[in-house]
Amino acid sequence: MRRVVSPVPIAVLCVVGALVGLLAYGLAQNEPDRGVEQALARGDREKAPALGLPKLRVPAPGSDDAGSKGSLADYRGRVVVLNFWASWCEPCRKESPLLERWHRRIAPRGGTVLGVDVLDVTGDALDFIHRYGLSYPMLKDKDGETLESYGVVAYPETFVIDRQGRIAAVRRGPVDEAFLRANVVPLLEGA
Amino acid sequence: MKPQGPTRRRGTIAAALAVGALALLLAPVALAADCPQTSLGDIEDEVMCPVCGTPLGLATDAPQADRERAYIQRLIDACRSKDQIKRALVAQFGERVLALPGDAGDDDLGDVMAYAIPALGILLAAGGIAFAVVRWRGRREPPVAPGTAPAADGGRLERDMERYDL
Repeated sequence: MRRVVSPVPIAVLCVVGALVGLLAYGLAQNEPDRGVEQALARGDREKAPALGLPKLRVPAPGSDDAGSKGSLADYRGRVVVLNFWASWCEPCRKESPLLERWHRRIAPRGGTVLGVDVLDVTGDALDFIHRYGLSYPMLKDKDGETLESYGVVAYPETFVIDRQGRIAAVRRGPVDEAFLRANVVPLLEGA
Repeated sequence: MKPQGPTRRRGTIAAALAVGALALLLAPVALAADCPQTSLGDIEDEVMCPVCGTPLGLATDAPQADRERAYIQRLIDACRSKDQIKRALVAQFGERVLALPGDAGDDDLGDVMAYAIPALGILLAAGGIAFAVVRWRGRREPPVAPGTAPAADGGRLERDMERYDL
């Protein structure tokens, strides 16, 4: 006689299987892109992902106008220290004065620091810029659209981009004098 | 007797001061009556903390969430309505800040699908389970000819009849 299997355990198994699949998918999706680090470990430099964002500025009263845009392409031929930050990020406060010093140091030699303010209230970001006297150019990524392409998961994160627009170094976390000296100066001298 | 000049002036000044004080006392009440009744708790459940990836109400210990709450509170204090606050949040963080599908007001297909697909999934799953249960029961109980009882049932019936003195 053929044994008839109850549909209840089958249904339970299906539900558990679906939940495990969903969990695996979620974990896979949350895994940040570390292609830059892998390329650097191989000794390669990947082309920096394109970046076109509104410039961070005081919005016109009653207007949602994002204003003029800035992009990484605007700095082609220069060494760019691309820094992702936010005003609510504690380590960014300690790092910003150092980045400002380096911006002033490298600007006459064909370099620039480029800040990208991410997921932040514009007023808070502008207060931050004012408080720390930051003079380097700033873009605003209001909904974090660039984070995925750069694999940014924490703040601050900094990418050093050479004159050909390729990523030469990355720091996941606050930069320090030694990192900037080791990774920015050789690119400036290689002009 | 009517009050004299200086006494009368003092009375007028006192009355004017009393009216002024009353106006000052009532001003916040009048202002509050004009303000839309919005609270932080009401908005927190309908917007996201974009960095945490959770509704703002669940993000208890995140600096970005605290800043977002402070921003919302500033807008509440400035008498903005719930819709105005949501629009301001979208201007700051993009549409991903809205926790509820359809809140963006653009009536796009994605918002409809966000509600339709889970409902359809639940209906299909319920239908599938019901179908499987019906089939399983049909297989488990072989058809019995009317008026006949299976042998096991007949035996049990006889034993029951013997137990009772009818």
